[in-house]
Amino acid sequence: MDFTDEQIHRYSRHIILPEVGGKGQKKILNAKVLLVGAGGLGCPVGYYLAAAGVGTIGIVDSDTIELSNLQRQIAHNTERIGMNKAESAKLTFEALNTDVKVIPIKERLNKDNIMDIISQYDIVVDGSDNFPTRYLVNDACVLQGKPLVSGAILRFEGQVTTIIPKEGHCYRCLFEEPPPPGLVPSCQEAGVLGALPGVVGALQAMEVLKLILEQGEPLKNTLLIYNALQTEFRRVKIPRNPDCPVCGDNPTITELQDYEADYCQMRF
Amino acid sequence: MQDIRPDKSINIKGLVCPYTFVKSKLAIEEMAVGEVLEILLDYPEATRSIPKSMEDHGHRVLKVEKINDTDWIILVRKERE
Repeated sequence: MDFTDEQIHRYSRHIILPEVGGKGQKKILNAKVLLVGAGGLGCPVGYYLAAAGVGTIGIVDSDTIELSNLQRQIAHNTERIGMNKAESAKLTFEALNTDVKVIPIKERLNKDNIMDIISQYDIVVDGSDNFPTRYLVNDACVLQGKPLVSGAILRFEGQVTTIIPKEGHCYRCLFEEPPPPGLVPSCQEAGVLGALPGVVGALQAMEVLKLILEQGEPLKNTLLIYNALQTEFRRVKIPRNPDCPVCGDNPTITELQDYEADYCQMRF
Repeated sequence: MQDIRPDKSINIKGLVCPYTFVKSKLAIEEMAVGEVLEILLDYPEATRSIPKSMEDHGHRVLKVEKINDTDWIILVRKERE
């Protein structure tokens, strides 16, 4: 595939980089990335991946846009209140870059549909805001050996980590079981400053591009914690746990479970 | 120096920076290590920026020559992938 003149202009600042070049840009154009959620995190992640030219972006979100989302969910807008978030993100990202095909998946992920959905992508990005989805996505990615770039935010603090199954840690190496319902507040309960998911989402987008380009060091075996009020980044080492129930040497989780039993409805 | 035969030639007359370098870089990426790229250009600033950028990328600039009132030729040998 040769670049069109328009592509040479659009991606010139990538192509100039020794670490990217035309070859790297072609990898980006051929990449398929799945975003779980088109909310606070999914919007900036998708925005930067679309701008970068990621050729196929799947977006899973069954939720519709509400006015209270627009303080941070920057792919949506006031006119689109009531529209499905994956559909809205498709309009925004495809308008930004005509090289990008966005596939909206207006479903909730569950143990019956997730394996088929993620099998069609190279990298998965978790921007969900609830533990059942987080553990479901982690377990499915480990079972399929799929790289997962996970992000989380609350109030003024964010976390990013990159899971390369079997090579590094997974989410369960860090926290073996989800916390009981109600223990950890949601954004809805606790609030979040709107630019926070922008910072964390941009870090996730950078991790995805590094994986596509095979450049630099991913946040493998590492949890990056961002404290916005103190403007502090901390790196916490997370070794792979050989006794991890899903990615350990003798896993007890070998197929997906029912994750949502006790949880309230999931909202991205 | 007279004997250098380019393995590939591109004409980027009419282009300005950074597209002069972008086009040159895309051309040299497709070539094998040791091959020589000939670049025909008419943007004066690029006669300085292309050699510098090519050297930054680890390639070897063999020649920068003004061939008439408006045009230059740059020869670059690819030294690494």
